[in-house]
Amino acid sequence: MRVALFVTCVNDTLYPRTGRAVVRLLERLGVEVGFPAEQSCCGQPQYNTGYRREAEPLVRRFDRAFAGYEYVVTPSGSCAAMVRDAYPRIGAEAAAEGRGTEAAEAAARAVPRTYELTEFLVDVLGVTDVGACFPHTVTYHPTCHGLRALGLGDRPRRLLSRVRGLQLRELDGAEECCGFGGTFAVKNPDVSAAMGADKARAVEATGAEAVCAVDNSCLAHIGGVLARRGSRVRAVHLAEILAATEEEPHG
Amino acid sequence: MSGTQPGTPAFPEAARDAVRDGTLRGNLRHATRTIRGKRARAVAELDDWAELRAAGKAIKDRTLRHLDHYLVRLERSVTAAGGTVHWAADAAEANRIVTGLVKATGEREVVKVKSMATQEIGLNEALEAEGVRAYETDLAELIVQLGRDRPSHTLVPAIHRNRGEIRDVFAREMAAWGRPAPDGLTDRPADLAEAARLHLREKFLRAGVGISGANFMVAETGTLVVVESEGNGRMCLTLPETLISVVGIEKVVPTWRDLEVFLQLLPRSSTAERMNPYTTMWTGTADGDGPRAFHLVLLDNGRTDTLADEVGRQALRCIRCSACLNVCPVYERAGGHAYGSVYPGPIGAILSPQLRGTGSAVDASLPYASSLCGACTDVCPVAIDFPEVLIHLRERVVQGGEATRNGVRVRLRPAKGHAAERAAMRAARWALDHPAALRAGQRLVSRTRRLHPARLPGPGRAWTDARELPEVPPEPFRDWWRRTRGDAR
Ligand code: SF4
Repeated sequence: MRVALFVTCVNDTLYPRTGRAVVRLLERLGVEVGFPAEQSCCGQPQYNTGYRREAEPLVRRFDRAFAGYEYVVTPSGSCAAMVRDAYPRIGAEAAAEGRGTEAAEAAARAVPRTYELTEFLVDVLGVTDVGACFPHTVTYHPTCHGLRALGLGDRPRRLLSRVRGLQLRELDGAEECCGFGGTFAVKNPDVSAAMGADKARAVEATGAEAVCAVDNSCLAHIGGVLARRGSRVRAVHLAEILAATEEEPHG
Repeated sequence: MSGTQPGTPAFPEAARDAVRDGTLRGNLRHATRTIRGKRARAVAELDDWAELRAAGKAIKDRTLRHLDHYLVRLERSVTAAGGTVHWAADAAEANRIVTGLVKATGEREVVKVKSMATQEIGLNEALEAEGVRAYETDLAELIVQLGRDRPSHTLVPAIHRNRGEIRDVFAREMAAWGRPAPDGLTDRPADLAEAARLHLREKFLRAGVGISGANFMVAETGTLVVVESEGNGRMCLTLPETLISVVGIEKVVPTWRDLEVFLQLLPRSSTAERMNPYTTMWTGTADGDGPRAFHLVLLDNGRTDTLADEVGRQALRCIRCSACLNVCPVYERAGGHAYGSVYPGPIGAILSPQLRGTGSAVDASLPYASSLCGACTDVCPVAIDFPEVLIHLRERVVQGGEATRNGVRVRLRPAKGHAAERAAMRAARWALDHPAALRAGQRLVSRTRRLHPARLPGPGRAWTDARELPEVPPEPFRDWWRRTRGDAR
């Protein structure tokens, strides 16, 4: 099984430890992981802000970068949702606007092979016990794209429930958006901050040591608000929890 | 649409004040949380909710595709039943028609059923300019009217007011509008309701003209339908001699049977009830019962232009249940007024910039008044894909494109103020499509990481005002990969 890691631009630049955790985790599960250096951003910031044409070349790049891989796995719910929902639309609109069918074909190849990490673990590998050990109290924030666009359902929780030593704390209002929303955080800073503050309060109220999610963008926002409030709660990507073991607690 | 008032601030500025208003936020939070919990329970009672929703969507889509046909059919049925149909292309025309009809009766007062369409066109103000006073009879609308306020929620226009505030408004203002509030009025809900009842009863019994909207119009029979909870609507619809209904053209449904679907979808989505307490239906006029004259004003006001847009037209499926408002985390913090229109919340964010165009600051900002979380789509009884329409409208704002205005296909220029963003997006595209350049940029970020300030200047300030920045790691992932695994794939 040849699996490519689509690390995403945010993780590549700001959260390389999440990328390293995915590699460690997948290799521990016997998967051969490749990292095509041709990969770049999925185009989500451009597309969601209204610059669809600027995202179009990135659809074709995604296709080129991951050609030859059976699976593309990404530790980002929103980037996976971007590929799955937006790529076909970008392709169709490019064709309708007379720019040929190249983007549509690229999208058609990208969609079926792209998996968010927890989908890949549960649906493709068929595992929920990944042999992890993380002796801490943790609360889980289901991100909007993971929850609604991808329909991850209880996959992340099933994985978390099999982590040794981990105590899961329920998060009040878990399914409410944290207020990140990509450029929303900058275009509507006051509303975004108010949503972030409510989320941070809910996280703190669980008494957990860490809050985890399947998307570092949301975690950057939640973690940023927590840090500004002087909270000791850490924001950790789910992949890092799943990669942790007794021997190698922090990769 | 009657257009925004000039100088209406863009959404982010308008929202700023609301976010800082602790009482407002508390009121909104409490009200929306309560109602959304109830809605979820009411919906969960039905096993076939998904099918009902699909049916509602399909009926609306089919009707919209053949809207001209069904409207002509409706006109025929209404006329045959003794009513008169008027066509209004925009707000000004609709107001002219209604004002003319009222003045022809010689009346100086009208009673009104709560109606979004008449708010959309600013009918009360237009009547006032002609010396006609319009009395709102819905309890929440009454509170808003007496408080010289604007509604902030489709269904619960006074959602932003608490009981104490309402008591004060009644005690202070009722006398100027008719029967004064009883002495020593308390803020008990029953007392407040009784004060409103006594005040309104005089109006109902005196009024010669009633004005309403409608939730649905049945093309086949010419029947109009209003669903409500208080019974004030039924009074307005049956007591006056003349009834004038102003209704958006998208409210038509083909047949009586179609109502079966919507009369289940609407109450559960809006008030979390299994059925509306009052469902009033009327078909033209009848001897010895109800109004002697019935006028239907069919309102376009940007709707055919919206219909011409293949992605955006789904906003016309909306049945105004307000479920999307109640789940929207942005609405919950910003309040309804920030949307600068009678349609707040997610539906306002996609409908207003289509009905009015994206020319004004507030209309250009509305497609961005969302984090794209999708909670609205989940609850919408006609399954409007909000993120899809929002992104489509964002594209129109920043890149321009084809749109229909007043029936003419036009090429819109990008809205002002996005030049720097556009240039940045282009530059980013170039860098992202050239991994070597991307890598050089990443390295620069990593090497200078010790120099990064905790608070950013310029647009980045919006981030660092409320949040810490993530720490930049010493080595990007791709460098780690290359260092430990080599460059091979
Ligand atoms: S858009 Fe949907 S959820 Fe919102 S008011 Fe209309 S019908 Fe209800």
